[in-house]
Amino acid sequence: MTRSTKIFKYVGKRLLQGIPIILAIVIINFFLLNLAEGDAVDVLAGEAGSATPEYMAQLRKKFGLDQPLPVQLMVYLKNVLSLDLGYSFRHDMPVNELIFDRFAATGLLMTSTIILAVGFGILLGLLAAMRLNTWKDAVITVFALITYATPLFWVGLMMIVVFSLNLGWFPTSGMTNIAAFYEGWDYVVDVSRHLVLPTITLSLFYLALYTRMMRASMLEQYGQDYVVTARAKGLTERRITYVHVLRNALLPVVTMAGVQVGALIGGSVIVESVFAWPGLGMLAFESLFARDLNLLLGIFLLSSMLVVVVNLIVDIIYCFLDPRIEVN
Amino acid sequence: MTKKLLSINDLSILLPTGADRQYAVQDIDLELNAGETVCVVGESGSGKSLTARAVMGLLPAPHVRVGKGEIIFGGEDLTKVTYERLRELRGSEISMIFQEPMTALNPVMTIGDQIDEIFRYHVSMSPKERAEKALSLLVDVNLPDPEKIIDAYPHELSGGQRQRSMIAMALALGPKILIADEPTTALDVTTQAQILELINDMQKRLDTGVLFITHDFGVVADIADRVIVMQHGKIVETGTTKQVLQSPKHPYTKSLIAAIPRLKPRKARSRAAEVVLKTEGVCKSFGGGKSFFGFGKPNREVKAVQNVQIELRRGETLGVVGESGSGKSTLARCVIRLIDSDEGQIKLGDVDITKLSRSDLRPYRKRIQMVFQDPFASLNPRIRVGDIISQGPILQGEDKEDASKRAYELLDIVGLDRRSFDRFPHEFSGGQRQRIGIARALSLKPDILVADEPVSALDVSIQAQILELLDDIREQMDLSMLFITHDLRVAAQVCDYVAVMQYGKIVEMGPTAKLFKDPKDAYTKSLLAAVPGKDWHFGKLKP
Repeated sequence: MTRSTKIFKYVGKRLLQGIPIILAIVIINFFLLNLAEGDAVDVLAGEAGSATPEYMAQLRKKFGLDQPLPVQLMVYLKNVLSLDLGYSFRHDMPVNELIFDRFAATGLLMTSTIILAVGFGILLGLLAAMRLNTWKDAVITVFALITYATPLFWVGLMMIVVFSLNLGWFPTSGMTNIAAFYEGWDYVVDVSRHLVLPTITLSLFYLALYTRMMRASMLEQYGQDYVVTARAKGLTERRITYVHVLRNALLPVVTMAGVQVGALIGGSVIVESVFAWPGLGMLAFESLFARDLNLLLGIFLLSSMLVVVVNLIVDIIYCFLDPRIEVN
Repeated sequence: MTKKLLSINDLSILLPTGADRQYAVQDIDLELNAGETVCVVGESGSGKSLTARAVMGLLPAPHVRVGKGEIIFGGEDLTKVTYERLRELRGSEISMIFQEPMTALNPVMTIGDQIDEIFRYHVSMSPKERAEKALSLLVDVNLPDPEKIIDAYPHELSGGQRQRSMIAMALALGPKILIADEPTTALDVTTQAQILELINDMQKRLDTGVLFITHDFGVVADIADRVIVMQHGKIVETGTTKQVLQSPKHPYTKSLIAAIPRLKPRKARSRAAEVVLKTEGVCKSFGGGKSFFGFGKPNREVKAVQNVQIELRRGETLGVVGESGSGKSTLARCVIRLIDSDEGQIKLGDVDITKLSRSDLRPYRKRIQMVFQDPFASLNPRIRVGDIISQGPILQGEDKEDASKRAYELLDIVGLDRRSFDRFPHEFSGGQRQRIGIARALSLKPDILVADEPVSALDVSIQAQILELLDDIREQMDLSMLFITHDLRVAAQVCDYVAVMQYGKIVEMGPTAKLFKDPKDAYTKSLLAAVPGKDWHFGKLKP
């Protein structure tokens, strides 16, 4: 069997394995969310200010909230299996539409964050390890320590204060300039300008993490026997660092990056609120307070699918990086 | 004929300040001629490896560096040349092979690429020429299926194949000097014999000077022209192989040679009638799991132990001998039920312990105890020696004071100071730690001691002491011993009975003297033939 068919089979197998995991997550989430007091009707009624009990009962009946929990769960599962995530009464829109709209925004933010954090983390870690115990190493280490220890929301606010309000380089919030109605290339530029500050804010923390990991990993690899062999073969230090040590040192960093994609969605809630980025994090935050369970469940489902898929991608990258890992 | 390649004059290597001695290597002189093999012999910490590394400029800088002296190669002093010049020489004029071929090769790079690098950084050749040359090198070192191995990663090869690839790499540019730092220590005996032969062949073909670092006098007897014996960083004796091995002058050399286990089997003793341990049809497989939803093939099943019958009588030592992967350690682990066997019976006296539940097994645990191979890894670094020894009896319900008293006695028995009781394992040397391991095993007053390669990680003089200790204890306490080893010389010295294992099966079993004198099985014969220095053991030496 060739490597590519092996990988195809492996992907199929992993996706199949993902289905029961995702179903379990859906069921657990369903019960967890229903543990909390109150439902969407309570919130709607509270906001309206003058709802009679009869009207509330009627609303519940309309939303299907008067049914016993297991029945609600079965109905929900049936809908999920037919790819219908239900209706958000709060937003008066199908959940599918709502989520996929917002997902694009979050996906954009996450992708740019990962690229920035992993890319620069590796670069800085490499630099620190190569210039071990020099001022460059010290500056990088201190930088990593400070960004690691600074709260995200504060960084976000300071970014806005410095780069938006004082310097005026970037917009303060949102994803597009709504008043401008850009199209085509102008639209892309506009979105990228809006993307800069949230991305930097969200990636700083992870950047610090990967920098430290990469530095430690490089130093560990420098101590391995194969490095002595490479020197004994008469290779240049350049070759040893960039070809021999670097590839081995990348392995733990890639693993860690894969694990953290899930955590990124959580981290994005704060950043999205600070920058009013119209993403899933913001949506989840709002729907939690509106007791909009359908929407919340939908978001959870999407993020669990995302984690399953990203882990699969990381595993595949890993088996290209490390020939010792075999897919089976 | 003799062309001088390398001369080391009055070389000292400094250790970092605060180390237990100032010099790793002190005032040594050494010469190497073309076509000659010089063996540097010594125990761990003697400075033999650092001497080799100093020639390559591979000392772990900046902590360890050359203090004084010179290393002359081709008219240049290697301690003074620039880094760039040193880099040019490495791999082309002087190359090196290492002890552990698994870690010495880059795990994420193919063998072909790792050979290719040498050409890329030393000579200018087209990629096609380089690929052809790499392939022919792999053919030269007798690797099977070289077209496949050139694209293989190190983990896909066996230990012997990896070392052959290392040698191919080292000899790629026909170096004048090959430095071999214990290149066969991590290999099985039969593989070791093949690798030594390969080095010898290549040396003849290329007229290379070989500086061979080893701790094994058997290997020295087989390959060396001249020998240098090192102790604590100093040369204590040099001479031709014949001089040093047959009439050593220095007391240290004498004691080292005396400590080497000989291939002469011990005298047979009368066998007791009581059978303390008996296995019948023991089998153990690993892997072989089912596939998932029909995707992928089921895992490969490895039959580690197949249908093994052994019988251990009271007071005797039964050796289980085999190469790595033969299943000897798995058998030991089954016998003390660290792992459960799949089939068969293991009888401790009259009781079959394979079917006992964990709680039913407990009273039997103390009757059979184990001594492990690695004295560094097998003792908990956070627990004091006294507690390590007395823990077992306390868990078995003994009074704490009695257990401590017993621990002190055991320290006496294994030859450790009573003050060791309150120390931590890391404060002891390898040999002393193995003594602690033995005391721990003895604390439960077992009938049977299972020793899994108890001396493999130790220097030869320490090895002799531990073997002697085990023998004394067996006499004193009327112990029976199951002794797992890969070293036939050790087995010859301590075992009454020997079972030879290959691929999970026992291929031959018999009284030690008889088995060594008149082996029946082809595998036993090849094992015996591969023992390094066997000619020397029987009084013959290469001229």
